[in-house]
Amino acid sequence: MSWKKDEDSDELGALLNLDHSAVLQEARIFNQTPIRPRQSRLLLAKIVFLLYRGDSIPTIDATNLFFSITKLFQCKDMSLRQMVYLTIKELSTVSEDVIMVTSSLMKDMQPKSEITYRANAIRALCKIVDPSMLPGIERLLKAAIVEKLPSIASAALVSSIHLFTDAKDVVRRWGNEASEALNGKALSMGPSFFSGSANQNQVVSTSNIVQYHAIGLLYAIRQHDRMAVLKLVQTFSGQNKSGGWMSGPSPTLRSNMAHVMLIRYAVRVMENDPSLLPQLCTLLQEWMSHSSDMVSLEAARAVCQLKDVDSRPLTQAVGVLQMFLGSPRATARFAAIRTLNTLARTHPEAVQPCNVDMENLITDKNRSVATFAITTLLKTGNEASVDRLMKQMQGFMAEISDEFKIIVAEAVRSLCRKFPGKHSLFLSFLSGVLRDEGGYEFKRSAIEAIIDLAKNVPECKETALAHLCEFIEDCEFTKLSVRVLYFLGEEGPLTAKPTIYIRHIYNRVVLENAVVRAAAVNALAKFGASSAADPSLQRSVRVLLKRCLDDRDDEVRDRSAWALRMMDNEKTKDKYVRDDSTFALAVLERKLVEYCADPAASLKGKFSFESVPRISRAQEEESRNQARLENMDAVLTGTTISAPSSTRPIGAGISEAIETPGTPMSPGVSGSGFMDEFEQQARYASQLNAIPEIAAFGDQPLVSSRKPVDLTEAETEYVVRCIKHVYDGHIVFQFDVTNTIPEQVLEQIEVAMEPEEDIDGVLEPVVVVPIPELKCNQPGTAYVAFARADTETFPSVSFACTLKFIVKECDPATGEPEEGDDGFEDEYSLEATDLGAGDFMQSTYIPDSHSLWEVLGQDAEAIETFALANFDGIEECITKVNDLLGMSPLDGALKPKSKAAHQAVFTGKWMGRVKTVARTRMTYQKGAGVTMELAVRSEDQGVSELMVAAIA
Amino acid sequence: MGQLVKVGGYVSTLFNKLVYGDKEVRILVLGLDGAGKTTILYRMQIGEVVSTIPTIGFNVETVTYKNIKFQVWDLGGQTSIRPYWRCYYANTDAVIYVVDSSDRDRIGTSRDELMSMLNEEELRGAALLVLANKQDMKGAMSAAEVSEALGLPRLKNRQWTIFKTNALKGEGLNDGMDWLVNAIKGSK
Repeated sequence: MSWKKDEDSDELGALLNLDHSAVLQEARIFNQTPIRPRQSRLLLAKIVFLLYRGDSIPTIDATNLFFSITKLFQCKDMSLRQMVYLTIKELSTVSEDVIMVTSSLMKDMQPKSEITYRANAIRALCKIVDPSMLPGIERLLKAAIVEKLPSIASAALVSSIHLFTDAKDVVRRWGNEASEALNGKALSMGPSFFSGSANQNQVVSTSNIVQYHAIGLLYAIRQHDRMAVLKLVQTFSGQNKSGGWMSGPSPTLRSNMAHVMLIRYAVRVMENDPSLLPQLCTLLQEWMSHSSDMVSLEAARAVCQLKDVDSRPLTQAVGVLQMFLGSPRATARFAAIRTLNTLARTHPEAVQPCNVDMENLITDKNRSVATFAITTLLKTGNEASVDRLMKQMQGFMAEISDEFKIIVAEAVRSLCRKFPGKHSLFLSFLSGVLRDEGGYEFKRSAIEAIIDLAKNVPECKETALAHLCEFIEDCEFTKLSVRVLYFLGEEGPLTAKPTIYIRHIYNRVVLENAVVRAAAVNALAKFGASSAADPSLQRSVRVLLKRCLDDRDDEVRDRSAWALRMMDNEKTKDKYVRDDSTFALAVLERKLVEYCADPAASLKGKFSFESVPRISRAQEEESRNQARLENMDAVLTGTTISAPSSTRPIGAGISEAIETPGTPMSPGVSGSGFMDEFEQQARYASQLNAIPEIAAFGDQPLVSSRKPVDLTEAETEYVVRCIKHVYDGHIVFQFDVTNTIPEQVLEQIEVAMEPEEDIDGVLEPVVVVPIPELKCNQPGTAYVAFARADTETFPSVSFACTLKFIVKECDPATGEPEEGDDGFEDEYSLEATDLGAGDFMQSTYIPDSHSLWEVLGQDAEAIETFALANFDGIEECITKVNDLLGMSPLDGALKPKSKAAHQAVFTGKWMGRVKTVARTRMTYQKGAGVTMELAVRSEDQGVSELMVAAIA
Repeated sequence: MGQLVKVGGYVSTLFNKLVYGDKEVRILVLGLDGAGKTTILYRMQIGEVVSTIPTIGFNVETVTYKNIKFQVWDLGGQTSIRPYWRCYYANTDAVIYVVDSSDRDRIGTSRDELMSMLNEEELRGAALLVLANKQDMKGAMSAAEVSEALGLPRLKNRQWTIFKTNALKGEGLNDGMDWLVNAIKGSK
């Protein structure tokens, strides 16, 4: 365009400072006669720039602007008209009454109009029509789809894909045209499978992009018809011998992009119907040797992502990717290494043949490629290659930015886990990079890697601690010093010579700022309180802490005073220093925020730590790791390396990671859901308290079910799930009900519960809370509450449940019931709800369950052996036991290492108070099923017996 | 059309150039839906009858008549489109108001729309040419009947006239255009 030449950088500067009110003022020139095309075009460009920049223009202004712009249709200037189309497209969502240009655009898309006008008019028109008007332009659009001119056909196809979202029924009718555009020339030779009759227009497409767009539309139209998609794939497979539906030579895909799409569709077909896998896999193998890089890369990627792939196609795919690793084009190298990186997670051995090629890529000038190369190598490398790899990385570290250094540090961290034998190599690498310049995030990941190593590889712990000590001697980041000091406090006291570390720590007290000094005081306190500390060490620590009492900072003095007091008292030592449990931090944070936000809370009393669940440090550690791994995955799988995600607060990271739907949880990590569980319980409590009758039972339930139980089959008319809440004197059944029928509104929904055994004198129904109204897919909650007439009895009983309600017909679009419809009563039977001992047990982690077990002794024990013939494996059995007990499984309890025998420990609190530990041993023999011994010890002998009875 | 241009001759060309320069005369074609506005527009522009569909929005074309360029805006007449007419009133030199002479039922509606349009300040100086279209239809009202039904004789301070037309055959359009040319020359 001409204006680009004479408007130099000044114009660009002006654009950046554009203000939309000024631009709207200027829009008056559109109303002038005669039209001034050049000025108008420039102004339109500014408007479009504003809209692209994300400026929001009020509807009324946008509408005024739109009407001014319509006046530009009087001018025949071609470049101006193109800008008009573009602006209308952008305004179509902001302005009202955009249908005013319908006639004008329809005229411009007519075959006798200018070519440039036609394609653009189609695109603009499809943005402004609403589905009801679509039939009016259907004929024109269908003609445009099969148009010879590629720009017009593409415009019509792409617009149809957009229209498909809102007007599926109309667009579905254009399948014949779409396949005609797709098949292009080939159509004249033989009837295609979709349209035996629709070849009245001989289409000779010259541009391949039309095929790409056509295949997209065709797939959109037929995606739910699996056979049609399969045929689509087969049409272009060149395998005409397999079917009788092809009479001529098969059509070819000239567009590589269309071919890539075809591969993706083929993969989707396979996912839906695994029986097609062999046939389609052969196709993919053929396509891997396609002349286009794009196609063969996509085919190789598809093979690598197949779930159950044979080794032969996989080897071929890796071979293809290997070839691309040497490609002169960075994009091809990137695509190949990225695919290999993903594959290395599941099949590291398959990627190994590429190791040499990948090592060459470490020095690639495209840093994204280099980073993927390293992280892939670290997954595939064997112990022998690690030395070389680390050396290469060392040379490379100085040249890369912090972002990549972080990735490298993370990679080394996972490598440490894989090859603990190489710890000295890793440690010297990490301490080396710590000495170099680097930002906070990078240093932090290096520190974390060292800490990880120290925790997991006992023989290198002392060296690692020494490196950390060296680091804090000259550390510019307060947070990192605090982190290291904390870790020294944890691990230092257990080493052979704690005094070394004490010297380093006390140096901090002398030299650093108040925050670090306070952390150092805490670390010292831990040395003093450690059970490993001998009297002389304790004395020394005491002396040092006393000096800290003169510190000029309040916090440091307070902490020192506290530490000195604490060290004198064995009990407090246990409570504060040796405790291996911790609060569920995310819950603690949320509760504190709630407490602070509620002005009346402080009047009710102090913040209650009782309500914050406790978890083991191991669990906490695990959830942190989980969050970290997911962050890393997000970084590595993203196409761009975004800002380090670890800047998020850890707590937030955990909850987000868990709530993100579809994030695949790595199977090796258990317990990641416990944060979720706590959150869920808190939500239940606030829901329950919203109902006055139930709020009267107590502040919050003592025990709530861990998981809802489905009382209906999946995909039925109504979906009902039950959650049980136990109070001191009551039991509340919560029913979450969803109505899935759009044509119905339910009213007065309640659940009738009929006990299958006599419960007189034990449970008495007291409150029934119905749901007033339930529209389609808007879940509601009904409650049934029982009073526990005899609080000493913990009944085990089954209830037959029936959903009772009034049905009214309604208009599915509005969800409003039809007038005058009084509805009729109806019932729907649900599955039975069981109440058992496990429902009274709160799943809580109890620290040091081993010593608790010993303290409780055999007197509190109930023990029984069960022969469970109906289980076909340990894993199935332990899951069931876990469900029945309702207790918190300790590490590894649910992950049997052997198929033949397993031991597991559970902890919990009966009615949220009475500490209970359960131990189970089980063996499995094929044919005989599972033999299990369950022993329960509890602070209340009766509880032990009840729990054992729960299994029977 | 070609013949018509010649009729103006050299003197009129010169005169027009002097009066208007290159400025186009801006004309709105209004009226109820189905009155024949779009047909009239293209009859004037290309001299042919084109097949039309109800106009959603507007059509704008340049028509040259007697060497004067007219910028003609044909606005859709459907009830839903009529409220937007006012967006196009500014700088209008003349309004061509098209009436379906055979549609006796809606002549009242047509009058109401016409009157509320003429009351707009922006159209105060615009000349009004009423075309009593569809004279070929059976039972069509005469020009006088239409004029009376629309209340034209009672208009004050308005340069107006009415012609009977048959857009399909092109009858009466030139008479109307001639009147317009004179009316505009007179007012300048």
